[in-house]
Amino acid sequence: MSAYTIEHSPTTGDEVIQNYTINFGPQHPAAHGVLRLVMELDGEIVERLDPHIGLLHRGTEKLIEYKTYLQALPYFDRLDYSSPLAMEYSYVLAIEKLLNLEVPRRAQLLRVFFAELTRISNHLLNIGCHILDVGAMTPMLWMFELREDCYGFFERASGARMHCAYFRPGGVHQDVPLKLLTDIGDWLDTRMPKLFEDALSLVVDNRIFKQRNVDIGIVSKEDALKWGFSGPMIRAAGIPWDLRRSQPYDAYAEMEFDIPVGTRGDCYDRFMVRVEEVRQSARIMKQCLAKMQDGPIASDDRKVVPPKRGEMKQSMEALIHHFKLYTEGFHVPAGSVYVATESPKGEFGVYLVADGTNKPYRCKIRPTAFSHLQAMDFMSRGHMLADTTAILGAMDIVFGECDR
Amino acid sequence: MTTVTHTAPKYASNDGVIEAATTALGADLIEATEANGEIALHVKRESLLTAMTTLRDELHYQQLMEIAGVDWPDRDPRFEVVYCLLSVTKNHRIRVHVATNEADPVPSLTGIWPVAGWLEREVYDMYGVLFEGNADLRRILTDYGFVGHPQRKDFPLSGFVELRYSEEHKRVMYDKVQLAQDFRSFDFMSPWEGAEYILPGDEKGTAK
Repeated sequence: MSAYTIEHSPTTGDEVIQNYTINFGPQHPAAHGVLRLVMELDGEIVERLDPHIGLLHRGTEKLIEYKTYLQALPYFDRLDYSSPLAMEYSYVLAIEKLLNLEVPRRAQLLRVFFAELTRISNHLLNIGCHILDVGAMTPMLWMFELREDCYGFFERASGARMHCAYFRPGGVHQDVPLKLLTDIGDWLDTRMPKLFEDALSLVVDNRIFKQRNVDIGIVSKEDALKWGFSGPMIRAAGIPWDLRRSQPYDAYAEMEFDIPVGTRGDCYDRFMVRVEEVRQSARIMKQCLAKMQDGPIASDDRKVVPPKRGEMKQSMEALIHHFKLYTEGFHVPAGSVYVATESPKGEFGVYLVADGTNKPYRCKIRPTAFSHLQAMDFMSRGHMLADTTAILGAMDIVFGECDR
Repeated sequence: MTTVTHTAPKYASNDGVIEAATTALGADLIEATEANGEIALHVKRESLLTAMTTLRDELHYQQLMEIAGVDWPDRDPRFEVVYCLLSVTKNHRIRVHVATNEADPVPSLTGIWPVAGWLEREVYDMYGVLFEGNADLRRILTDYGFVGHPQRKDFPLSGFVELRYSEEHKRVMYDKVQLAQDFRSFDFMSPWEGAEYILPGDEKGTAK
């Protein structure tokens, strides 16, 4: 894996220095959160790297076991807080799979639509921060302009900028006004591509940016499979694997989009895969808008989905359902499922064990960052200290998700 | 077989997968089940490594995506370790279940899937399940020096210790956890649907 073979350390001349160990993080801006890397260095060359995680461990899985299925949903927003709706997606699909619950068409389209908006907003963060990590500041600021727009849209749909809790078992929480959809459509046609492409034009062909990323942290196809890679990481390694295409859920089966694939498996490929995914996500969102039709936004199974407030005020039966669903919650038949969706960072899975009560017996969350960060050691070996920030930046890691 | 109405991810059909796994695994397989559209293989603990190598090389499940521990205090052995495998060529998922207890180690898969290293560390951290052959079986998510295995069903939600800054000692330190009120757990069992405990105030009724 060594990219540089060095017989004499170039910085020391004839003097012999011993390997030394440094701590990178847990409080370091390029660590993307609370990551502690214990690095053994030979001069500036990384010899061994041991990531220490768990500094943001909040016991989410344990807490979920003590909550009803609906109460557990907002915990998922707080996992990967830069793509909250993608986290909810796996969980609601797992519940729906156990309940065998049908989701109306408008709800499916809305979920795909907002999941793709989440992907754009997540990639904007990662692309911007990756560029910042390797030394360019301006694109990050422009990307954050766009992210601010995304948060505005999330707020208009769900009432919350970040922790939306918008996807619910059986559909989505509330319908969106037509004006919101047309505004997002306009944004996709005008402001988004302009700012995004402008920001990218500063770095994509930039010599310094390429020197920092090309041939850094190369991952082969075999390694990507062995180390459990998924999402942009496995696609950059050259495997055209996207769960939205190969294992479609909701309305993804009818969407047309291209899957970008890397050729070398280095940091630059991972970066460019994400760039292209933003454009493809915009394409999917426009198709959603074209297909959008009126109709219910949640299943009408009143044993799972609570009635709307107006109905609750009028009908005795709706009042009982409303009360029961917000106190006791719904019961899920015993069984276990593993449901994985394509989150912006890769395969985000939920292994849900139900025992027939109103609370999950076990909810194991499969974070994307866990397997990617584990590979940090072999990806960084033989690279310079400064390359670790490029490798880490191109991995797209958020510790809320990694540590749970 | 009920009709599928949900819209969860759809992958290749399960037809013939159980038969293929039964022939390939032979005596290593205890039971193969299909429920909720997913296939679960229950495998003998001792022969996990050979079974997994067969699944990877002969049945083309190239990726190990997840290892989940589950605690069943009423069962013997108590713990279940669940391996979620993915085949990117056949576009299929399968689960492998292994039962174990605190004392008997599960063979480590780090030799065939390096990704298993951290996943096994997490199961060890959360449940105390041992993995034989994992060279680096340290705790991973809990604090340095943590005592206990938090995902076990007999570990309380509030834990045993809490961290606070001590003005007296000028450092953060652990204290025994103090709750302002007892932790309340509602069971939602309806007395009309066969709750089997004595209702408060109803003790005399059952004594007769």
